Amino acid sequence: MNQINRLREGGRIDRARTLSFTFNGKRYQGHAGDTLASALLANGVNIVNRSFKYSRPRGIVAAGAEEPNALIQLGGTESAQVPNVRATQQALFDGLTAQSTNGWPNVQRDLMSLVGKLGGRFMPPGFYYKTFMAPASMWMTYEKVIRKGAGLGRSPMERDPDSYDHLNQHCDLLVIGAGPVGLAAALTAARSGTRVILCDEQEEMGGSLLDSRELLDNQPAVQWVERVLDELAQCDNVTLLPRTTANGYHDHHFVTLHERRTEHLGETAPQGAGYRPTRSRMHRVRAGQVLLATGAHERPLVYGSNDVPGNLVAGAVSTYVRRYGVVPGNKLILSTTNDYAYRAALDWLDVGREVVAIVDARQAPDGELVAQARARGIRIIEGAAVLEAKGGNRVSGARIAAIDAEAFKVTGQAETLACDTIASSGGYSPVIHLASHTGARPSWNEESLGFVPSLVRGVHAAGSARGVHDLAEGLADGAAMAEQALEALDRPAGPIALPQVDSLREGAACAFYQVPHEKPTLRGPKQFVDQQNDVTAAAIELATREGFESIEHVKRYTAMGFGTDQGKLGNINGMAIAARCLGKTIPEVGTTVFRPNYTPVTFGAIVGRHCRDLFDPERYTALHQWHVEHGAEFEDVGQWKRPWYFPKTVNGKSETLDEAVARECLAVRQGVGVLDASTLGKIDIQGPDAREFLGRVYTNKWAKLAPGRVRYGLMCKDDGMLMDDGTTSCLGENHFLMTTTTGGAAGVMEWLELWHQTEWPELQVYFTSVTDHWATITVTGPEARKLLSEITDIDLDKEQFKFMDWREGQVADVPARVFRISFTGELAYEINVQANYALHVWTTLFEHGDKYDLTPYGTETMHVLRAEKGLIIAGQDTDGSVTPEDLGMQWAVGYDKPFPWIGKRALSRSDTRRKDRKQLVGLKPKDSAVVLEEGAQIVFDPDHAIPMPMVGHVTSSYYSAILGHGIALAVVKGGHHRIGETVYLPMVDGQVHQAEIVSNVFYDPKGERQHV
Amino acid sequence: MFHIYCPYCEEHREEEEFHPKGQAHIARPEEPEACSDEEWGDYLFFRDNPRGIHHELWVHAVGCRKFFNITRHTVSYAILETYKMGELPRFTAEFPEGSLSEKVTTEAEAMSRQEGVKA
Amino acid sequence: MSNLVAQNIRTFETHPGVEISAESPLVFFHQRSGAPAPCTESRVALRERALLGHLILRGGAIVLDEAVHSVLGFGLPAYPNALSRDEGGERSIQWLSPDEWLLIVPGGEEFGLEGKLREALGDAHYAIVNVSGGQTLLELEGEAARELLMKSTPYDVHPDNFPVGKGVTTVFAKANLILRRPTETRWELVLRRSFADYLYRWILDAGEAYAIGVEV
Repeated sequence: MNQINRLREGGRIDRARTLSFTFNGKRYQGHAGDTLASALLANGVNIVNRSFKYSRPRGIVAAGAEEPNALIQLGGTESAQVPNVRATQQALFDGLTAQSTNGWPNVQRDLMSLVGKLGGRFMPPGFYYKTFMAPASMWMTYEKVIRKGAGLGRSPMERDPDSYDHLNQHCDLLVIGAGPVGLAAALTAARSGTRVILCDEQEEMGGSLLDSRELLDNQPAVQWVERVLDELAQCDNVTLLPRTTANGYHDHHFVTLHERRTEHLGETAPQGAGYRPTRSRMHRVRAGQVLLATGAHERPLVYGSNDVPGNLVAGAVSTYVRRYGVVPGNKLILSTTNDYAYRAALDWLDVGREVVAIVDARQAPDGELVAQARARGIRIIEGAAVLEAKGGNRVSGARIAAIDAEAFKVTGQAETLACDTIASSGGYSPVIHLASHTGARPSWNEESLGFVPSLVRGVHAAGSARGVHDLAEGLADGAAMAEQALEALDRPAGPIALPQVDSLREGAACAFYQVPHEKPTLRGPKQFVDQQNDVTAAAIELATREGFESIEHVKRYTAMGFGTDQGKLGNINGMAIAARCLGKTIPEVGTTVFRPNYTPVTFGAIVGRHCRDLFDPERYTALHQWHVEHGAEFEDVGQWKRPWYFPKTVNGKSETLDEAVARECLAVRQGVGVLDASTLGKIDIQGPDAREFLGRVYTNKWAKLAPGRVRYGLMCKDDGMLMDDGTTSCLGENHFLMTTTTGGAAGVMEWLELWHQTEWPELQVYFTSVTDHWATITVTGPEARKLLSEITDIDLDKEQFKFMDWREGQVADVPARVFRISFTGELAYEINVQANYALHVWTTLFEHGDKYDLTPYGTETMHVLRAEKGLIIAGQDTDGSVTPEDLGMQWAVGYDKPFPWIGKRALSRSDTRRKDRKQLVGLKPKDSAVVLEEGAQIVFDPDHAIPMPMVGHVTSSYYSAILGHGIALAVVKGGHHRIGETVYLPMVDGQVHQAEIVSNVFYDPKGERQHV
Repeated sequence: MFHIYCPYCEEHREEEEFHPKGQAHIARPEEPEACSDEEWGDYLFFRDNPRGIHHELWVHAVGCRKFFNITRHTVSYAILETYKMGELPRFTAEFPEGSLSEKVTTEAEAMSRQEGVKA
Repeated sequence: MSNLVAQNIRTFETHPGVEISAESPLVFFHQRSGAPAPCTESRVALRERALLGHLILRGGAIVLDEAVHSVLGFGLPAYPNALSRDEGGERSIQWLSPDEWLLIVPGGEEFGLEGKLREALGDAHYAIVNVSGGQTLLELEGEAARELLMKSTPYDVHPDNFPVGKGVTTVFAKANLILRRPTETRWELVLRRSFADYLYRWILDAGEAYAIGVEV
């Protein structure tokens, strides 16, 4: 394929390396060093997309991150699809395949453009809000149609073959942007020995110097760039990150950089020696100081049909010509408000193409570039502007007339000049996005005609990023701001010699944004402000007429600067138009601010390696391998993996959950079962005041608990609500072992430290987590004593080792502490051994357990067994609004303890004394086959008109194999006094279950079985 | 993502290592039983939400596990100081530029401070 | 009271008197997936120092320092986030907080050492807790070790901020651990038992780019 717009020479592309690519199904060729955009322009591709709302044909406007139109869908295979890539930022590689993001059925012939042809009336601002308001239920349908037509790209439907990662970086100074200013700053900082990171979003560092006409030290500017980069690369203290966009500026100089590591090489990362590099990487940078050398975006002028392909910003023309060796047309008209944009016309002329005219909004411009243009015979039309572009799929001409910018009037007779390219420049807007992320409001600078960033402490801006656009001044500013940052770091700056620049004298620019038209804005041809979101000058005018005065409201009403665009090209023009309509100045109207991210970031880079089996920590007990080998199904309890149940294979079929749990439950009630309870939180407490401390944090009494004894305790917050429970054993007079719930372990530990460190530092006590040190094995059931006695030297005689005692000795030859506590209501022993020996003890139990049919059981069986006994699980049966009294556990409340323990005062508040508080009860479904749903709402009167007063809910519910019916725990208003009453549970499917309120202890109400 | 100076570790650490624990300097009443329901409710539930300087209790949860206080500006998110339990802030709503008096060290702080150790 | 004698603090020898195989927290992973062997391309090596003795010391620095000196012949580190070691490097003490230190010794020494320290500490207010079953130690060595750590922890591991002799508790992947640098080339990671498998898998994944090898 013929690259019709490719120049024979010049630019930074490698003509020896030809690359093939496919765009919208057609094959083209470009060269190494091209972006997809420059290659498309080289091939004369005018239309790259259809616009979002009006489906108008759109071409490439810019050459960088600010490009509003050339959003493409990248990827030749399904798994490699990437939406919303800017063609201007995508390096060309061999085999690249891309499509337009919008356009249905295709960009050349677009059905949706009919909507656009009907005119702006059909889709005014707020169109979606106004048209699709009602009925609300239809929105889902509307949305699908609108989305299909509008098109915002699509995500891949197949698994991404690439991986992504994070790198945590720290530096003294982060320099963002490696144009002339950033390079001068980085060099200054590098020579001071501080840790410097220099990042730049482009394929090559150098910024504007890569297409500059200026000479540095009388040599092409790129030579200086190469020298500086060489030196920086030699410095150990400098990290260079090309292809890396600073996307978000977060608190305290935490900046997220997104590095595209292989996206210039292929659509998936190339396979290296046994290893594929990550496709992109998020650098999480904590910087001491940050220097923003982010440059400026050139503002296009807002004139009629300024979106027809062939309309570009002036600087982009220079970039394509000088950096990529592509001249995107034959006949150029430049419409400008400033001298600097004249470069585009000179560059165009230099490569032998025709400059039809330069249309300058100023009267009598007189800078040196103007003089150069005049000397080379270019026609300069002063005090005028392009009113309107002509053409459909490509610019064919421009209507030009004298204007009065101040009065917003066309003053002369319009003439139409034939051309195929219109370059425009309305001035330069500093890229202040990152500074705005910090929350600092930008302020208007009248001299440079742009918003300049306000800066929080530690942030510095230099060069164009703060309105200093002149090259020589910018270089000096970069060095000076780096010195300022180094001073804040208390580091001496290394002096650098700034290169000699022959600056050209520039005349003053004029403030000019929207070009007047003979017709009022609302009736004239569409003047686009934000091409990505299809926001026109008329839309903004209409918004102000409809009463939107705040620029934030105008933005939201019109969608200006939304989405991935973030107002890069259009925001200032939009504000200027709003200001004109409101009769205010731009600073009076103010600016909207920008949010992260500056450009779209792939989810992969955000997630990094925290995905798939590394998504979240999985915590294992010392017995995990045994559980896996024995077919356990696992339940997530916090980050722990706990055996849920152990299905057996019966007649070649694996048991269901219900079958396995019924079998496990009966085994414990009738024989002996074993549970891995290692996940319980365990806290070692030592110190002379340990006992006193326990008395303050638990509701019950600890003064008399003797060594060798264990007690169950309730822990409340100071609002009187239960937060955790567990047993605590007295190991020695000043030594206790506290257990907590599995999920509550870390919270309880922090809670104890909180009270010790902030309220009672005088108490002599230390807490240490020993959760992971001990493995805990619960042996429970009527046969537990017989089994355990075979492998321990501890005297298990029921008089010697009573319920709620603990003893130490050997179990399976391993030193162990054995606690006689029960969460099943059966005879039970909890064996604690050092975790490294757990498997030996566990397997020894099974060696001896065969004759007792020792059954391993999981958390589901544990839950059923404890519910049969009415034992609560903190966090399941309680939710932060339940007091010990609500649970009917007054027996565990030491009302007469001398110290006002945590939670005590709250128990006498009027609210906690209410008689109609929700109280824990048992529910027995009237139909023995029914197992109530956990969370089901309870009502007293099922015939009450809807909405029925809800009086409680089911907190736990299971089928009890030993009892042969469903059981549930629930909280019910005034439940403790309603034993025997019937309540109703209306279900979603229309059924209403009936249940009787009963005691929460369903099985062995006298508690005899655990004492045997 | 805050960058927080831990006064016990004596260096800045990433926010991921810390947990915020609410408003600082909320002392539990000495005699809860002597409080009216309203006073007790104030202690339990009512907190300031100032625009500007705020004192917060944090814990270096993944680190030294010590609690300490932060003086933070709720608009700029700037952390003006961190200080140990038992110390008083230098920056307050009354003295946003910092009071002249040195930090007041209480007995409790002296108890928990690490004494110099021979290397 | 049967076999219990009333004591203020009840110490406990966790090791059996007979030969019983102990299992490190990483056993599961090794059996499930194996581990990549070191090769010539390996730029980072990983090895576990399993079954060491780990004791947590709590108390006042001066009192503990004296006792530790008298028992072990070297003292507590003098600064926050610092590590002190005996001459052979087999025993180390790390600052964890103003009143907390981690003492790591060869496996099996910990119970006897606890007894000696308790004797030396007398009536002082302190705590010693054996946590040997609850954690394990990994060593990371090689030119790519630092970059592997940068992928994993937000803590600054640059030598300017992390000189030899430093140790910190910090975030690592989505868990936490103790990270220390006993020598110029070696990093040590002290992991909690229950997180060990996750962290180990994370490290192998992060090390893939450097052909990480596990030395057994």
